[in-house]
Amino acid sequence: MSFLDVKDLKIHFPTDDGLVKSVDGLSFGVERGKTLGIVGESGSGKSVTSLGILGLHKGGRARLSGEIWLDGEELIGASTEHVRSLRGKKMAMIFQDPLSSMHPYYTVGQQIIEAYRIHNDVSKQVARKHAVDMLGRVGIPEPARRVDSYPHEFSGGMRQRAMIAMALSCDPELLIADEPTTALDVTVQAQILDLMRDLQREFNSALIIITHDLGVVAELSDDILVMYGGKCVEYGSAEDVFYRPEHPYTWGLLGSMPRLDREPTERLLPIKGSPPSLINVPPGCAFHPRCPYAERTGDKATTEVPALAETEGGHLVRCHMSREERRGLWENEIKPVLETQ
Amino acid sequence: MLTYIIRRLIGAFAMLVVISMVTFGIFYVVPQWAGATPEAMASRYVGRAATPETVHLVAERLGFYDPVVVQYGNFVKGLFAGAQYDYGAGVEHCPAPCFGYSFITGQPVWPDLLDRLPVTFSLAIGAALIWVVAGVAVGVLSALRRGSFFDRLTMGTALAGVSLPIFFTGMISLVVFSYGLGWTPPGGAWTDFSENPAEWAYNLLLPWITLAFLFAATYARLTRAGMLETMGEDYIRTARAKGLRERQVVVKHGLRATLTPILTLFGIDFGLLIGGAILTETTYTLPGLGQYAILAIRTQDMPQVMGVVLVAAMFVVIASLVVDLLYAVVDPRVRLS
Repeated sequence: MSFLDVKDLKIHFPTDDGLVKSVDGLSFGVERGKTLGIVGESGSGKSVTSLGILGLHKGGRARLSGEIWLDGEELIGASTEHVRSLRGKKMAMIFQDPLSSMHPYYTVGQQIIEAYRIHNDVSKQVARKHAVDMLGRVGIPEPARRVDSYPHEFSGGMRQRAMIAMALSCDPELLIADEPTTALDVTVQAQILDLMRDLQREFNSALIIITHDLGVVAELSDDILVMYGGKCVEYGSAEDVFYRPEHPYTWGLLGSMPRLDREPTERLLPIKGSPPSLINVPPGCAFHPRCPYAERTGDKATTEVPALAETEGGHLVRCHMSREERRGLWENEIKPVLETQ
Repeated sequence: MLTYIIRRLIGAFAMLVVISMVTFGIFYVVPQWAGATPEAMASRYVGRAATPETVHLVAERLGFYDPVVVQYGNFVKGLFAGAQYDYGAGVEHCPAPCFGYSFITGQPVWPDLLDRLPVTFSLAIGAALIWVVAGVAVGVLSALRRGSFFDRLTMGTALAGVSLPIFFTGMISLVVFSYGLGWTPPGGAWTDFSENPAEWAYNLLLPWITLAFLFAATYARLTRAGMLETMGEDYIRTARAKGLRERQVVVKHGLRATLTPILTLFGIDFGLLIGGAILTETTYTLPGLGQYAILAIRTQDMPQVMGVVLVAAMFVVIASLVVDLLYAVVDPRVRLS
């Protein structure tokens, strides 16, 4: 069993319009020191998953089922109070928009001190020293002075560093980063990714990066999980998913990624259509309305939900097409187009 | 920060000047435009039996023949340096701040105002304490249990509180608690705090609660709306992700951010109340500024009315000044420059 082991996780929200199946049977694992990238469009259930692991849906309207094992402990059945005591200490989270995710009325220092003192019985002075220390470690210049700044006095990159310092203040063993670089300038993105990689090595924590940006996962991930409509459609090592992707949705994601080495006149290959409604998920394969190869499998595409099946060496794909068919398409049709572009 | 304070002080002062001009205009200039002669105005000071000569003399001595600017100048001078009134029978000295003499009692206005201020102040402070604590607490609980029975009950009550005028709730409360159950003293009871604090509070209890009910309703609704919005903010999620207990999340992170608009409202409400809780004081016949204002208006005692208006305006201006300065303390994003 992995350090974090998620089995058949379902997170459903009952609403007036029907049941929203944000996450529908997701399974994955992450080891200490390893990084899992969860990729997908907006609304594919990435963030809901991460909040579910942290137990932040507890007490809300969400219905959770399945199992979440963290270091040999099951969390879905655990008491709210117990999960709370793990939150911030054993598992921590970095959020997307550091400006709105930090309290505007407290200084950065106060917020880190608070995070530290929840789980460590130390005086304010000790916690403050720790906060200055953490700010220094995430690369904030003059930490002793900046500790008393308010979030709005920081630049976007500095804020995200402070957010990371806050998340790491209790030395968590599992760190979930939800779109950690989306709100940042491109130049700052690379710095933050570097920082996260360095810190992960230093802390030897399990890291989950949630993003819609394949560039980010390419940079950091050992494993990649591609989500679509609340389900996993492709799961494998970063190498498998990048160099031997087998799901048409993954091909679409790769094709819609802008690249510098492309001719500026060439157009991106966007995935046509829009993400599925999570209330009325398309019957059969959820991706079939947008899949260019749907008719190849005939009626099955619209009537039968494809199983997540192993194609080779832990590489899982949810597609009705046969392995040979998918490989053929990738080698002969998709890859050449992506490469020439 | 200092320049900001100075600028705000100058602004507040300018505001008071304008208010004094307007009130002076309403009470002294407008009647003259409407056709009141200086004699007609002076006759209020000397009574009906006076001869035209006496009236003319008094009008002259009170400066009613002077140009408006001079009259205003004398009025302001009276406020800061005191004034001499020469009624012919002898010179009367009115020390600063001189708001003039009452038409009816012939007494200077300022000591009257000073006498009544503690009553109004006591009423406002006690009520404010109750309504802020009760209103905010109820608002927070309703927001957290949105849609529950508690939420519906309190918000329904709050709607009633906002809608019911105080002369209604006040009367009902007197009928039930004073005359019916005999738990509280009847209206008009007033003991100075310095004499007997317990009795002071006991006498004011009913007016406090009634007045607080009216305001608590607004504050509960405002707090509820604010909390519902704040609790959906990203930083609340962050606070939870840190592992904070829900109570701390609500109080330290949620309520803290919700309090800012409430503070603004409170400053204005409190300032207005110090200027006289007219309806409450009238209902409970409390000898405060509001009741004084009503009597003054009823007897058309212009100097008294002007005195109350200026004092009330001053409190509103001071309250809003204090709120503005507090804002900077409460919300660090407010740049004071």
